[in-house]
Amino acid sequence: MENLFSLFVRSIFVDNMVFAYFLGMCSYLAISKNVKTAFGLGVAVIFVMLITVPVNFLINKYLLAKGGLAWLAPSLENVDLSFLSYIMFIAVIAAIVQLVEMVVERYSPALYSSLGIFLPLIAVNCAIMGASLFMQEREYASLAESTTFALGSGIGWCLAIVGIAAIREKLKYSQVPAPLKGLGIAFIITGLMGVSFMCFLGIEL
Amino acid sequence: MKEKDMNRQEGRQKSREGVRKTAEENRLFSAKNMKLLTRPFGADNPVTVQVLGICSALAVTVKLQPALVMAVSVVVVTGFSNLIISLMRNTIPPRIRIIVQLTVIATLVILVDQVLKAVAYDVSKQLSVFVGLIITNCIVMGRLEAFAMANKPWPSFLDGIGNGAGYGLILVVVAFVRELFGSGTLLGFKVIPDGFYEAGYADNGLFILPPMALIVLGVIIWIHRSFNRNLIEK
Repeated sequence: MENLFSLFVRSIFVDNMVFAYFLGMCSYLAISKNVKTAFGLGVAVIFVMLITVPVNFLINKYLLAKGGLAWLAPSLENVDLSFLSYIMFIAVIAAIVQLVEMVVERYSPALYSSLGIFLPLIAVNCAIMGASLFMQEREYASLAESTTFALGSGIGWCLAIVGIAAIREKLKYSQVPAPLKGLGIAFIITGLMGVSFMCFLGIEL
Repeated sequence: MKEKDMNRQEGRQKSREGVRKTAEENRLFSAKNMKLLTRPFGADNPVTVQVLGICSALAVTVKLQPALVMAVSVVVVTGFSNLIISLMRNTIPPRIRIIVQLTVIATLVILVDQVLKAVAYDVSKQLSVFVGLIITNCIVMGRLEAFAMANKPWPSFLDGIGNGAGYGLILVVVAFVRELFGSGTLLGFKVIPDGFYEAGYADNGLFILPPMALIVLGVIIWIHRSFNRNLIEK
């Protein structure tokens, strides 16, 4: 349990998707002009991550990893399909995003109208794919671990985009050198936010 | 049927640009085709101007070597995915085009990944998940949607190579700055003379840390836009 909590905090602050790995930067820069839409996208990312990472974990463990197919027949013990993981993960993500979109539209129109426009964007958000790949790379052992990791990374990403959106809203009133306006200053602010997040580095839980 | 199709497209191209197609433009490396290859290096750079594909790859810019390998991988993937999608563009149903594109890209990335694992295992370990993340790199998808779906194979191929290389250029520049100031080496060789260290010079550890990649990129954009003032955002 303690282990899970530590993983959760680490994935939000220390291994933050944006500041430590630069994942999901495209939508992070494009949709951070105001806080409300940024928050909508952030919640959608948390939601989709929370579903795709555990599903990909099960696929990885019981289909792709070496010896994963052993439950099917003992003779398949030596089959290693892990080279297929990229194509499987992206297919799963694309399919689940479609599915989530349809389910949300059918059962919760209110949520759909606030999340709806962001969902298709998320299929190609590198943070989602990145979370699945990190899950595979770091060999999280259980479903609980990978779910906790997914939740933490999602919240970390959401925190980052809401933070920069808030700063960019205020930035409208400041004098930025003309060539640095827009994209340039957004990068530098992200860098500075990253520096401030580095103070969590030494924390041991 | 095929000929008619080609004629139609040529007609479209002609009318769009209002230029008469001359023998000069039919050559493989005509001025127009070369422009597709060179524009992404300057006025139409995918990273600093089109804001595509910043996602995954900044994390591999701590050292020059992985950045170079990453750049080459991206060039291969953008070039060939543009070529393949452009060859299939008339048979892909528009409704499912995204999944078709993703499948093509993922297949190419798997090929690149397997080759890297076989040829340069150490670098492939350093790049870890970031090779896989070329799949979701917006630059690949962006060029497929914007160019390959509407153009012939050869120009599409050039456009892919050009954009991949324009992106690689930024990666290499960032990695160059970070490795030089962060560890005083280039491609692993010591370049800052020992005399400097004796005189009190020290490597700037901040350049090794992730935030510095973003700040270096911000400064590159600043310089780029001071020279191309028409790119400045209002």
